[in-house]
This record gives sequence, structure tokens and C-alpha cells, in this order.
Amino acid sequence: MDDATVRQIESDPNFKKLVHDRTTFGWTLAIIMLAIYYGFIALVAFAPSVIAVKIAGSITIGIILGLAIILAAILLTGIYVMRANAEYDDLTAAIVAKVKGGK
Amino acid sequence: MNRFITSGALAALFAFAGSAAYAQGAAPAAGTDWNAVIIFAAFVLLTLGITYWAAKHTHTTKDFYAAGGGVSGFRNGLAIAGDYMSAASFLGISALVFSTGYYGLIYSIGFLVGWPIIMFLMAEPLKNLGRFTFADVVSYRLQPTPIRAMAATGTLVTVAFYLIAQMVGAGQLIELLFGLPYISAVIIVGVLMVIYVTFGGMIATTWVQLIKAGLLLLGATLMSVLVLAQFGFNFNALVTKAIETHPSHGAILLPGAAVANPISAISLGMALMFGTAGLPHILMRFFTVKDAKEARKSVFWATTFIGYFYILTFIIGFGAIVLVSANPAYHDAKGALLGGGNMPAIHLAHAVGGDLMKGFIAAVAFATILAVVSGLTLAGASAVSHDLYASVFRHGRVDEAAEVRASRITTVILGIIAIILGVLFEKVNVAFMVGLAFAVAASANFPVLLLAMLWKGLTTRGAFIGGFVGLILAVVLTGLSPGIWEAVFGFPKGSAWFPYTSPAIFSMPAAFLVAWLVSITDKSKSAMMERAAYEAQYVRQQTGIGSEGAATH
Repeated sequence: MDDATVRQIESDPNFKKLVHDRTTFGWTLAIIMLAIYYGFIALVAFAPSVIAVKIAGSITIGIILGLAIILAAILLTGIYVMRANAEYDDLTAAIVAKVKGGK
Repeated sequence: MNRFITSGALAALFAFAGSAAYAQGAAPAAGTDWNAVIIFAAFVLLTLGITYWAAKHTHTTKDFYAAGGGVSGFRNGLAIAGDYMSAASFLGISALVFSTGYYGLIYSIGFLVGWPIIMFLMAEPLKNLGRFTFADVVSYRLQPTPIRAMAATGTLVTVAFYLIAQMVGAGQLIELLFGLPYISAVIIVGVLMVIYVTFGGMIATTWVQLIKAGLLLLGATLMSVLVLAQFGFNFNALVTKAIETHPSHGAILLPGAAVANPISAISLGMALMFGTAGLPHILMRFFTVKDAKEARKSVFWATTFIGYFYILTFIIGFGAIVLVSANPAYHDAKGALLGGGNMPAIHLAHAVGGDLMKGFIAAVAFATILAVVSGLTLAGASAVSHDLYASVFRHGRVDEAAEVRASRITTVILGIIAIILGVLFEKVNVAFMVGLAFAVAASANFPVLLLAMLWKGLTTRGAFIGGFVGLILAVVLTGLSPGIWEAVFGFPKGSAWFPYTSPAIFSMPAAFLVAWLVSITDKSKSAMMERAAYEAQYVRQQTGIGSEGAATH
């Protein structure tokens, strides 16, 4: 890719939108995941007895949290893929088309 | 070439059947499980057939390293899950839950949470920048020679630790189930993986992963359903009974003594989460798909399958506490578990489904190991042939056929090394070796890879020194930790220089910090050019413009 093409793409509003949206969304979800997981690890590290508190019968907070974290991981990746497939691919296609058209 | 596959495979099978029969006669205590042998033999025959077919379609480097680049997102996701759900996860985590309860589940959770991070920050740029190895991505705008040497070292160290864990696991498992001597078990695994990878490259390896992942998910699902059926499909009843049965009773719901200090808990959490994002055989799978979209789908499916699998480990682990620990049939006269500490899942299969189920699960566990070592060997071989041989030594002046040939030769050498390591480390703790592999991946590979993609300021010098600091620190601190210093070297308890179970909390930030510090103080001319080159890289990693599509054939 030559410098001129790089400049052209960088000044493309679609490119700006793609980068901005994807970076913001990706980091937001990453921070949510990190907060969930390290919140859990902090609980394990500093308040282990909370993990063993029973909620229903023998089912503890720890078991519920464990399942919830696994489901949250699947859900968050699913949300990202849905949004990316709906928006980011269209933007990318528009950017690529412009570069090809300009040549 | 295919004649070699056939004759090599036949030799392996004969050696297998021969020594199984021998063990049957010589050591009646360790009887051969013929169900397991037959199911496993069927798996081997099927996968060898696929390898025979794959060998005919493996000509270029792109075929060999990346299966031609046309694997669909769904299939690649399942193959990633196959690569990731090792026997250490299946046998090791269920064994950990069996002995310690909730502590084992912390591993189940930690092994999954790296995946969303890979998805949000890495999957798309990785695919858009790389061709065959993660070193392609790191060296995109940096100097290829030092960077590839560093990345290849990180790859080989990670692969070596992971391989040892898998080989040892395979040896112990086969010794117990098939009644084979440990060493012949290790040799069978070594020979088969070399056949898959040498002849079939990534195409065969992908198919082996797919079949294995399907079998493992099926086996774990069956076992979980059978366990729950015994408790009227009431998970609460299962946990209640587990508390009653386990010698520690209610304490099994606590995180356990092993995370007695917070630093160890956080450090382990970091190694598990970020290690995933630095495992070379996993990263390599991102280059087998067509584009960023398929890479994204791969991660989603991988996360779904892996998450589902780890939820099942909750059921399997607690099920083993109830159905295995109280049953004298699974223990020797002294009360120790037959076949060693990694076997609760296998005994549980017998407890819920009889001999046939046990044979099936045992064969699946063995197939799992075989698939994972194949993926690892391919990653190691590409680091040597693509990064070291083609780039560092030949400076890219090498044709495709020569590079593929170098890769095949490396595979054979790696196979021999893996067999030797498997024999040398027979007594090592499998879960510990996996933990070490993750710590190295999190400290050496992940920081450099992430910075190369996200930070404009990274220079060759920063990446090189930062990567090696992370690598050396992870290995040295582990060597000085109780798990090695006291358990392996035999120094007295409490004398370990490094008191924590995992080094990641120190080694990973150290790698980031050093890479950053060295980069910002790097005033060389090449550093300036590298920073300037980030713009073009950035455009490509965001859009995929300029990256390769699927193979045309």
C-alpha cells in the first residue's frame, strides 16, 4: 500500500467511523469482561468465604458466579459479532470500494 | 509419499497391538481395555485416511501452514475448541474438582475468559496482518531478523512445556487403559503426530481437531447427562451429595487452600486469561480463515463450544466426587485412586456407563491428546521453518517447496524431541506444566503481540528486549517457585525464593514495562522509521486491504 492510498483511506469518513466505533465498542466490552473476571478473582483472593455462601439448597454464590461468567463471556462475544457483522463489514466494504474505484 | 504414511501407520498399529497383547499377558493387573483400543484404532484409521487425502492437497506453504486459508468460521471455531480443550482440561480439571472442589472450577472459568479479549482486541488485526505465524504480525513493521528470532523462541518454549504436559498425560493414560508400557505409549503418540503433521500439514491437523472436538463434546455431554440422571436431573441434589461424600465436606465449596494468598490467585488468573491470547498453536488457527469476518465467527464458535465444555466440567467434577471417591472398586488396597490422580473422569465414565462408556471416554481422551500435540507440533515446526529458517537464516530467499520441506524435517525432529521429553519428565505434574506454558505465553508472546498491533511507539529494540524479559522472568520465577524448587529439585519446604504459584503477575507487566521503556528511549533512525510505518499497518489491520484472501485452488 503506497503512502497516497494510506492518506486517502485515513481521510475517508467511513474509515474514521469504523475505527472510532470499533475501538470504542471493543474496549468497552473488553473492560466489562476484565471487570467481571477480576471482580470474581478479587472475591476469591480477598473474601473467599463469600464464594461458599449458599443461595438455594447447596448451590453457592461461587457456582452461580462461575456459570454467569462463562455465559457472560459467550454473550459478550456474541454481541460483538452481531454488531460487527451488521455494521463494520459494510463500512469496510465501502472503504475498499472507494480505494478500488479511485484507482 | 503416501506409501510412507501407510507403512508408518501400519508399523505404529502393529507395535500398538503387539505391545498391548504383550502387556495383557505380562501384567494382568493393568488389563487392556479392548473397547478403548478398538474405538481408538477406529479414530486413528479414520484420521490416517484423512491425512492420506490431505497429503494430496498439500503443496504450497499456504496449504501446509494455513490449510489453504479457506476454512469456514464455524469449522475453524470448532477446530480452535479442539486445540484448546486439551486432555489437561478434561482429565486435569475434573481431577482438580474431584480432589479440591471449587478450586478446580476457578481454572474452568479462567480458561474461558481470555477468549472475549482475543475477540475484542486481537482477532481481526491478527488475521489482517498475519500470514502463517504470529511473528508475521509482530515483525510487520519491525526488523524481521531479531523479532522472528524472539517470537520463535517464545513459541518453542511455550510449545515445549505444553508438549511435555500432553506427552506425560498420554503416557500415563495409555499405561492405565491399554496396559501398554509408558514408553511405547509416548512413542505411539509421537509417531502418529509426526505422520499427521508431516504429510497432512494444517489440512490434516484441522480435520483431526474437528473430529476430536466433536467426540470430546459428545463424550462430555453423554457423561454429564448420565451423571445428572442419577440425581433426577437435580444439580442441587448432586452438590449436596458431593458435600456429604467428600472428606473435606462443606470446604469443597471454598476456593481452597491453594489460593491461600491473594497474589497467587490474581497471578494465576492473569496467566490463564492472557496466556490464551499468546498460545502459538491457537494464534496460528486465525490464519486458516478467509478474512476478518470469518476470524470473528471462529472466536464466537470457539468461545461457545469451550464455554459449554467447561460448564460440563462442573457436573463431571462433582459427579466424580459422589460416584468415584466413595467406590472402593476404583481404589487400590491403600485407598489411592487406580491409575493415579488424573483418572477420576475415566472412572466416572465407568460408574455411569459401564465398560463401553469407559472405553469410549478413554479413547476420546487419547484422541484429544493426539490432536493437541499435532497442533502444537505444527506451531513449533512453523516457528522453525517459517520464522527461523526462511526469514532469519535465509532472509526470505527460499522457495516454497524448500520451506515446506524444512517444516517437514522440523516436524520429525520435534517428534523425536517430544518423545525424549515425555520420557524424561514422566513424573512431572501435568497441570503444573500447562500452567507454566500459559505463564510463558502470557509473559513473552502476548505483550509483544498486543503492543505491535495497538501501540505506534513500539520499536524493534523494545519488542526484542521486552519479549525476552517476559520469557526469562516467567521461566526463572517458575523455577524458583515451590512447585519446582521444592517439589522437583527437592529443597526443603518453605525455602523457595519465589513464594507464589504463578509468575504472571510480575513477568507479564515487566514485559510490557520494559518494552515500553526501551521503545520510548530508542532514538535510533530505524526506530523512527518503524513508528512512521505504523500508519500503513494501522490502515491494513483495520480494513484488511492488502492482506491475502483465500487460496484460489
